Amino acid sequence: MSLVRTIVGGLSGLVFGLGLTVSGMLDPARVRAFLDVAGPWDPSLAFTLCGAVLVASVGVWLSGRMSRPVFDDRFHLPETRTVDDRLVTGAALFGVGWGMAGLCPGPAIASLVLGIPATLFFFVAMVLGMALHDRLSIRSVWRTRSVDG
Amino acid sequence: MTETSYFASLLGGMAIGLAAAVMMALNGRVAGVSGILSSLWRQAPSMPNVAFLGGLCSAVLIYRAVSGEVPAIHVQASPALMILSGLLVGYGSRRASGCTSGHGVVGLARRSPRSIVAVVVFLASGIATVGVMRMVGLP
Repeated sequence: MSLVRTIVGGLSGLVFGLGLTVSGMLDPARVRAFLDVAGPWDPSLAFTLCGAVLVASVGVWLSGRMSRPVFDDRFHLPETRTVDDRLVTGAALFGVGWGMAGLCPGPAIASLVLGIPATLFFFVAMVLGMALHDRLSIRSVWRTRSVDG
Repeated sequence: MTETSYFASLLGGMAIGLAAAVMMALNGRVAGVSGILSSLWRQAPSMPNVAFLGGLCSAVLIYRAVSGEVPAIHVQASPALMILSGLLVGYGSRRASGCTSGHGVVGLARRSPRSIVAVVVFLASGIATVGVMRMVGLP
């Protein structure tokens, strides 16, 4: 079962990465043009978001009709329900970085193999930022156990 | 932007959605990149997570081998800004327990109130950031 889950994970990552590549999400300039609603706005990545949510919704709908996932005993879904300040401030900080660079975690990882120095800097800093957060939150109360994504 | 790029963006998005749907229905997990990446140090290594990251990394190589094209990447920010924004994206995604994939794709598909709030907030702050940078004359 574990081997099958590993194969599913690999295929999912591959299809995810191909989707990012084909859609234009890998290009920081395209992402920033999508966010530049006051300037020469490029709405094409809105189609990416809508297409992704639409198809993922089918998966969610199917999963809702299943008692358990095909290759595991139960679904592992986030349990946190409340909208708290961590969610809002975290998303706000994330958006500032996303707007400045035009990169988010998926494209930053997928473009690693191209070896572009600026995106490598971004990736290393991103990992440090993540690890810093996790280090600090272990020290206080471990409230981040439930992970949305 | 041409109609071809709208179509490619839609098609690419649908592939991302398919990857997330497969992860959910077969493995019962959220395909959230920041959660999967940080699981490498938050918990004992999970082979499906490592494989997901490996697949994500090899996608560009396969795309290049099949299409003969290197995907366009235009970096506008200075190296210093790339480092600062990397720190913000990393810290913020963990603080919010998710990023564009976990909240933006899977969370919205699950109609999660937390994810709807996260997406509205990061879209708003991203749009505001690009707007402010334009105003102060940063690339």
